[in-house]
Amino acid sequence: MNVLDFINAFFSDSAHWQGYDGIPTRLLEHIQYTLMALGIAAAVGLPVGLLTGHTGRGGNTLALIATAARALPSFGLMVLMFVLLGLGLAPVMIPLVVLAIPPILVTTYEAMRSADPAPVDAARGMGMAEAEVLFRVELPVALPLILSGLRSAAIQIVSTATIAAYVSFGGLGRYIVDGLYQRDYEKVVGGATLVAVLALATLGVFWAAARLTVSRGVRRGA
Amino acid sequence: MNGLFDLPSDLQNTYWGLIALHLREALIPVLAGLLVALPIAQLCVRLRWLYPPVLWVTTVLYAIPSLAFFVVLIDYTGLSETTVMIPLAVYSLVVFVPAIVDGVRSVPRETLDAATAMGFGPVRRYVQVQLPIAAPAIIAGLRVASVSSISLVSVGMLIGNQGALGNLLNSGMIYNQPRLIWLSVIGTAVLAILVDAVLIGLRILVTPWMPRGTRQNARPTALKDAAR
Repeated sequence: MNVLDFINAFFSDSAHWQGYDGIPTRLLEHIQYTLMALGIAAAVGLPVGLLTGHTGRGGNTLALIATAARALPSFGLMVLMFVLLGLGLAPVMIPLVVLAIPPILVTTYEAMRSADPAPVDAARGMGMAEAEVLFRVELPVALPLILSGLRSAAIQIVSTATIAAYVSFGGLGRYIVDGLYQRDYEKVVGGATLVAVLALATLGVFWAAARLTVSRGVRRGA
Repeated sequence: MNGLFDLPSDLQNTYWGLIALHLREALIPVLAGLLVALPIAQLCVRLRWLYPPVLWVTTVLYAIPSLAFFVVLIDYTGLSETTVMIPLAVYSLVVFVPAIVDGVRSVPRETLDAATAMGFGPVRRYVQVQLPIAAPAIIAGLRVASVSSISLVSVGMLIGNQGALGNLLNSGMIYNQPRLIWLSVIGTAVLAILVDAVLIGLRILVTPWMPRGTRQNARPTALKDAAR
């Protein structure tokens, strides 16, 4: 028996495709959690990053926040929140959002700072308002990097939401954690495969988003 | 069981023992990753077309969630420390390869020409010119990789209690002892910050010609740091 056999056995068993513990249900749950956490993190991180990046203030503070956030063990934080807050969405969502904000924030800031100053000055010279300079000049140029920040945040959320099954969370991690407890290796490998596929699909989604939204001129320059 | 650092006996370790174990499990993969990344990065510098595909491969490998990675490896390396270490080494590549490539590429053309004119062979040029100039970028990469690695080791708890400080999380849940969970979280965070500080010190040591401030010439890597 090798891993491929386990994967084959898991996906060909029709029992795995229905009910509350079925693949579609778990997959949807996982996507739902990811989008929710990413949405909250982006709602916080993007505006702050865009503004600080535009004004160029607070870069050192952001770097400090990023280092501090990276030092926080996400898994430990989850278990701690679970013990403090009990069952529910909050103990899992809080660590996910805390994890996702720093990459979004710092990458957005850096992306805005790395915009070529010449066109920005030209825009000001043409009499654009600050908001116009931000959204019509800096943002399009910074977009590829901003997307890469969102991408790494999304992948971290997908990965960490898997671990969250240990603290009674749904999603694809259930297969891995339950399978480990039940010594059902088929289930474990099946879950791992699904999570990996979802993470790669996330990469694909961001790649497609970049193709669609980044202007051709910026892409040529990159 | 009422001292602050007392641990349940089934962990078969003192708190300090767990910290040592954690450091070993986190840092060996990072060093292994660095040793693998150095030749790969050098190839990317030599052969320009190789760089984008290599970046792609590291990005894709990095996207594989840690728990899934551990689990698939169980079949080959069992419920062991090795199973935890292999993914961590692979993850560190995503930080090291761009950091080293950018660092080595930042060496000015004239400097290389001067080295050649002084009769340096390719090996000596690499060791005495390119590596020292790339050192700040490499250490910036080391900082990110080490800190992330320390945080991820805890997840190893899920596969046969191989998570060092992460194992405290499980004990805390089983015995209903929040103290153990606090010990794990704070211990891991402090460990990460200390390792980071040691590496900053190392950078100051190996690059005496640079200003002491945190402002490095490694601006592009600071960006990659953030994006991890």
